[in-house]
Amino acid sequence: MNLNELSILSLYSAMAVYAVAFIAFSIDLAKRSSAVDAADTESAKTEAGEAAAVGSAGGTSTLTRISARMANDAATPYGRSASLRVGVSLTVLAWALQLVATVLRGIAADRVPWANMYEFAMTGTLLIVTVFLFLLTRIDLRFLGTFVTGLVLILLGIAQQYYVEVAPLPPALQSVWLVIHVFVASLATGFFALGFALSFVQLLQFRREDRVGTDKPGRLKFLKTLPAAVTLENLAYRTNIIGFILWTFTLMAGSIWAERAWGRYWGWDTKEVWTFIIWVIYAGYIHARATRGWRGSRSAWLAIIGFAAVMFNFGVVNVFFKGLHAYSGL
Amino acid sequence: MSRPSDHIDSAPVPSGDGITQPKLGFVGTLRWFWRQLTSMRTALFLLLLLAIAAVPGSLVPQRSSDPNGVTQYFTDNPDLAPVLDTIQAFDVYSSAWFSSIYLLLFVSLIGCVIPRTKHHLQALRAKPPKTPARLGRLAGFMSRTAPAGTDAATAVAAARTVLKQGRYRVALFESPTEFSVSAERGYLRETGNLVFHSALVGLLLVVGFGSGFGFTGQRVLVEGQTFVNTLLAYDSFNPGRFFDDTELDPYTLTLDDFDVSYETANLEAFGQPVDFTAGVTVTPRGGDAKAGAVRVNDPLRTGGTSVYLLGNGYAPTITVKDPEGTVVFTDSVPFLPQDANLTSLGIVKVPDGLEEQVGLVGFFYPTQDESSTGSYFSSFPDLEYPVLTLNVYAGDLGLDDGVPTSVYSLDTDTMEPLATRTSDIQPLELKPGETQELPNGLGSVTFENATPDAADGDYSGSVPRFASFDIHHDPTQGWVLLFAVLVLGGLLTSLFVPRRRLWVKAIEQADGSVLLEYAGLARGEDPALESAVTTLADRHAALLKRSARVVSPVEPA
Repeated sequence: MNLNELSILSLYSAMAVYAVAFIAFSIDLAKRSSAVDAADTESAKTEAGEAAAVGSAGGTSTLTRISARMANDAATPYGRSASLRVGVSLTVLAWALQLVATVLRGIAADRVPWANMYEFAMTGTLLIVTVFLFLLTRIDLRFLGTFVTGLVLILLGIAQQYYVEVAPLPPALQSVWLVIHVFVASLATGFFALGFALSFVQLLQFRREDRVGTDKPGRLKFLKTLPAAVTLENLAYRTNIIGFILWTFTLMAGSIWAERAWGRYWGWDTKEVWTFIIWVIYAGYIHARATRGWRGSRSAWLAIIGFAAVMFNFGVVNVFFKGLHAYSGL
Repeated sequence: MSRPSDHIDSAPVPSGDGITQPKLGFVGTLRWFWRQLTSMRTALFLLLLLAIAAVPGSLVPQRSSDPNGVTQYFTDNPDLAPVLDTIQAFDVYSSAWFSSIYLLLFVSLIGCVIPRTKHHLQALRAKPPKTPARLGRLAGFMSRTAPAGTDAATAVAAARTVLKQGRYRVALFESPTEFSVSAERGYLRETGNLVFHSALVGLLLVVGFGSGFGFTGQRVLVEGQTFVNTLLAYDSFNPGRFFDDTELDPYTLTLDDFDVSYETANLEAFGQPVDFTAGVTVTPRGGDAKAGAVRVNDPLRTGGTSVYLLGNGYAPTITVKDPEGTVVFTDSVPFLPQDANLTSLGIVKVPDGLEEQVGLVGFFYPTQDESSTGSYFSSFPDLEYPVLTLNVYAGDLGLDDGVPTSVYSLDTDTMEPLATRTSDIQPLELKPGETQELPNGLGSVTFENATPDAADGDYSGSVPRFASFDIHHDPTQGWVLLFAVLVLGGLLTSLFVPRRRLWVKAIEQADGSVLLEYAGLARGEDPALESAVTTLADRHAALLKRSARVVSPVEPA
């Protein structure tokens, strides 16, 4: 068995473990819903209701770590279920397997493992999970586990369609900018993915909070165990601006490479166009956050559209659009 | 006013409900219009519009990046294409509508940045504002009791020291019962924001006007050929609006050799090129020759220009003689590659010297192979078994009509096919060094071998290669890079430097103790504000304790 076959085996194993992690995270969400039911019954008995939970949280205002504040501003406090712990552990295991797969692919090809569509997908999803696990060490975002493992599984599944054998770099890709430009772009995608998920949950949470007090409780009960919409919005914003800065750098590094390779730093190639569009959408998102009447749900929609454009740029523009980036895609 | 009125940090404007607004005069209307244009909402709208307007240019081929695609689009969609052309869909990024969006956006941006810059310059010189009367309503508020023996003035002076160490700008305030220090930091945040936006304006100006000062030109060179950087030496030349061709620095560039290496070890990528290197010699005017190399991703910078390697292929040397043996044509003719294994197509036109004008349409196979249908193809891009086939046509080459024709194409419609796959005589087939008679006794044609002394069967150097170079001159690229760096730097500081105010108040209580109050205010995004207040309080307490310890032995009573 050669290194590339080992890489493939390791990647398949990682996908299997991601699948189990996805199930564990889903069970956790279900458990959160039943915990909310139980808490509601309890509070109905004591008549304390949600106000008590919020009130007790208010007393710990001197806690300065974001994680502490996040756990506290959930309407129904929720600890760590066994399935949640299993989900996180399995995600770490799958991440390690995927890391091995990616590194082996790089060694087998004797270059960075991101020079074609299959390898982009492998490295890109690895970075999405890396960003997720990194954020977990600072903020409790484990409730996003279903989203992250689900997205990564789907992308890795699609990537199998684009599998190519190990090949040396064509002269056009032999550049230090391949290492920098593509890596930073993939890292930015990792942050945008998390920002997208947070904005999405923010919208759901906003709807739930809007309904509190009305007699329409909404179906997604687990939302009560998640941070408040405002907290989610702040987290989404911080994640997205890191992505935005990395994306700005991607665009500039790409321009420098384009100047060396094609003799012009900007030429409205289809991929350049979409990189520009994504940059403008996220610039709009940051503006929207600072515009009265646009903070909240409206700006969240922009973050969601932005990530949709990122996925479109990766999945559709590479494959179906004619342009200078095409040869690198498949 | 520093910010647009609809910025989240601006005070809300009272709504005009129930107030009969006076009619706006002409100036008033202009002022109203200007305020609308420079508002956050308009900027946001224009940004989103810009994103949407950029989309069509990726769906329809653009003249700027894909002119052949546009021609093809007109052929494929003869009805739709002219309609799209009237709305400038093939020139989206220089179209009137796209330009008006980004120009409005930049006017809006400038209208926003100028008053903010003025305001920021004032703020940079101003003292931090007076301490609010009630700190209890502000972020991170906390109160502590000062160590015994510390008076309010000392406590506040110590707080001032701590804040100064944290690079805050400070101001002291006092009233009969309380002392306070007001501190502010993070002016760099606004500076970064203004630098970011100004650098974007700079970038637009440099890109907009800068490209007019440069040029781009193309030139094909066969191994051994030399090019002099003058207007006439270019195969094609596109000067910018303000470019003066007397600025061309007439250096010479010789293509000494062109090296290609192909993958042969990895069977999955067999024949894939792994390196192209054009070995060149550059001689500046009145200077010494210097060897250099041009690679893909690695242009040669010389004489104020950048030389890029864009393409390459084979240039078989073909000689045509009349029946008496006089040479009527001899040249290395660049053949355009048609596939990855460099099956190449080339044209030879012999207008004079033979009985009739003769056109040759040649196919060159670096490693010739035959398919089951009998047609030829190339199975490897390097020179393993090179074969040249020539279709021969006689008649009018169309060179005398005064209409410019491409050297890479031949209109055979009006010519008589003498040797083609469908005529009685099959196309001529030659290996390097071979000669064949032309049909009808017109003369002969030779496929020259560049290395006639090589061992039998070694064709590796038998056919010269050509390289096509793009030569660019853009004096503004350095500026573009500078503004890009400013954009990135400005963005980093404006998003990550927190701007905040902190206050420490010391109030003397009736019982002689001193109550210390701390609070902060975020100006813009500041996730760490509350922890900053806590840290300040802790440092302050530590400093007070230390000075109390130093002081206490002196006051034994």
